[in-house]
Amino acid sequence: MSTPPLSVTPQPSDVQSLKSVNFISGSDSTIRRRLFLSRVFAWCCRIATYSALAALVALLASIIVNCLGRLNLSFITSVNSVDPAEAGILAGLWGSFWLISLTTLMSVPLGIGSAVYLEEYAKDTWLTRVIKVNLSNLAGVPSIVYGMLGLTVFVRMFDLFGSSAAKSKAINLLGIVKIPLPLGDIILAGALTMTLVILPIIIIASQEALRAVPSSIRTASLALGATRWQTIRHQVLPAAMPGISTGVILAVSRAIGDTAPLIMIGALTVARFCPAGIDSPVKLLTEPQRILQAPMDQFTAMPIEIFHWAKQPGDDFSPVAASGIVVLLLVLSVFNGFAVWIRYRTSRGLKW
Amino acid sequence: MVTFIETLRSPIERKAMATSPTTVLRVPPAVAGVDRDMDMSQHPAAITARGMNFYYGENQVLFDVNLTVPERSVTALIGPSGCGKSTFLRTLNRMNDLIEGTRCTGEVLIQGQNIMEPAVDVVLLRKHVGMVFQKSTPFPKSIFDNVAYGPRVAGERNRAILADLVESCLQKAALWEEVKDRLGESAMALSGGQQQRLCIARALATNPQILLMDEPASALDPASTSRIEDLIGELCANYTIVIVTHNMQQASRVSHQTAFFFEGNLVEVGPTTQIFTSPSQKKTEDYITGRFG
Ligand SMILES: Nc1ncnc2c1ncn2[C@@H]1O[C@H](COP(=O)(O)OP(=O)(O)O)[C@@H](O)[C@H]1O
Ligand SMILES: [Mg+2]
Repeated sequence: MSTPPLSVTPQPSDVQSLKSVNFISGSDSTIRRRLFLSRVFAWCCRIATYSALAALVALLASIIVNCLGRLNLSFITSVNSVDPAEAGILAGLWGSFWLISLTTLMSVPLGIGSAVYLEEYAKDTWLTRVIKVNLSNLAGVPSIVYGMLGLTVFVRMFDLFGSSAAKSKAINLLGIVKIPLPLGDIILAGALTMTLVILPIIIIASQEALRAVPSSIRTASLALGATRWQTIRHQVLPAAMPGISTGVILAVSRAIGDTAPLIMIGALTVARFCPAGIDSPVKLLTEPQRILQAPMDQFTAMPIEIFHWAKQPGDDFSPVAASGIVVLLLVLSVFNGFAVWIRYRTSRGLKW
Repeated sequence: MVTFIETLRSPIERKAMATSPTTVLRVPPAVAGVDRDMDMSQHPAAITARGMNFYYGENQVLFDVNLTVPERSVTALIGPSGCGKSTFLRTLNRMNDLIEGTRCTGEVLIQGQNIMEPAVDVVLLRKHVGMVFQKSTPFPKSIFDNVAYGPRVAGERNRAILADLVESCLQKAALWEEVKDRLGESAMALSGGQQQRLCIARALATNPQILLMDEPASALDPASTSRIEDLIGELCANYTIVIVTHNMQQASRVSHQTAFFFEGNLVEVGPTTQIFTSPSQKKTEDYITGRFG
């Protein structure tokens, strides 16, 4: 077998591969076509973004134009009325306030707790795997289905205590607060139902935030003689907190706007009173004994009132509905601002 | 015969060593504080592993390992990657407990107690047996909070005591001068070498008697590496150190005793000078001369 002669001078074939390229005008037609396609694609993406934005702006503009002349201070300081000039959203505002406060109070500890259990403690068994897979299924279940569940389980309590209309039985907690059995269409029942709606969302967001914490942090903490709980409490949860709080606020924002489950459990469409008669923040301080009664009261919520106004015949109520939407959006942006703030606060303690 | 280690020497060093008695292999000088001729029989055992077998599920990775680590000395674990050095190291503070499906038989005596017993309090054990990892893992907190973490989780709340402790541990880890003016700043902003020394300081803060180091310098640049090696020389006066290293030179510079692992077996263990100059096993010689691994 003969080996090819070794040579340091380039072979003719090597030399030929160097050919002149015109970098300026791209003489090659395939290059021009590729550049053209690339530009077309960029334009498609731009159009997609701007059309979504345009729809949003149009929506906002039409609502704001519609609410002009109706949205004033009296709109948020008075309750609903048959007169469009006098109808206000106060009852819905307070109803939503109590509903969301209770929902948050119940869903956040439950959700973060479940996520911590699933990510940090649970062994990888078929049961935990089934739970993890089904959590995303639960997050996708339409909220009206939860409404039906809430109606059966919380509002009527399977009729175990007689029909809900009777409302004869009640348990007295420490003599301060009377919880009716079955619950009936009270705020507590709504909050329990709403908790079911957003619990999977909170759990999934928290799980993701916990998974993003590098496991080397856990190992290092445990190697320093920290217990599992100390490791979670001092390292894992603080590191995951920005992600968790974002997930929580997004879930809560969703609960503020969700209407279907509330209608399903029988929340009032027209209510001319605020729960437990608390119609101003001052009363929270001056009459604190009412705070515990509010969850046992009947209620309406902002999205329900908006829905009610929007479906009134004629155009009389459309400025009222638009004003309600603006108030709802304002509350939502307050929440989103809160989310940004919490994210900032919790990540400031972390020194990545 | 020019050995692996000799190829790494500078000509001046080679000349200097040519005057030493002829040996199979030449070892580089030890770092200050490590006296390789120290009579280790004078030191009581800090760790005694007897008949240790270790399994990941069905897969056995350690076979009947017997090893004694004398107090206040440095033991280097060497061997090709995957031979079980890290696994062995992790059994010494039960960090393997964290991996599901692992099983260990045999015993490890520390202070006369078999730490493999189920009744052993691993939290106490890990305070007594500190660990430094290959990848430095500072917590996303301030430098101060990193070092104070161990004592804090152990219940120390007194700010003054913590401040003293943080200072003395950073001193011991040769980091104090570099960070004393920015203890409140993020530990993540430190350089790789500083982070690793911070991790050593953090481990010292729980007042351990044994320090386990798993390739503590393998991700560092040469200057930081030599700082860590010097530090090991200083620490071994008061601590018992077990270090895993891929770097044969490093093993010979910092350790009194060297243990060579191969495929889950402890092939040979002995004084570092002896292992690197006249190993009794052919496998050991092949490995340290760079014939494989
Ligand atoms: N978490 C684990 N699960 C299963 N097998 C592992 C695990 N960690 C290490 N092993 C196996 O155990 C053997 C020893 O690994 P290790 O102790 O990390 O070796 P070394 O540190 O000497 O490179 C290797 O074969 C490795 O594949
Ligand atoms: Mg290893």
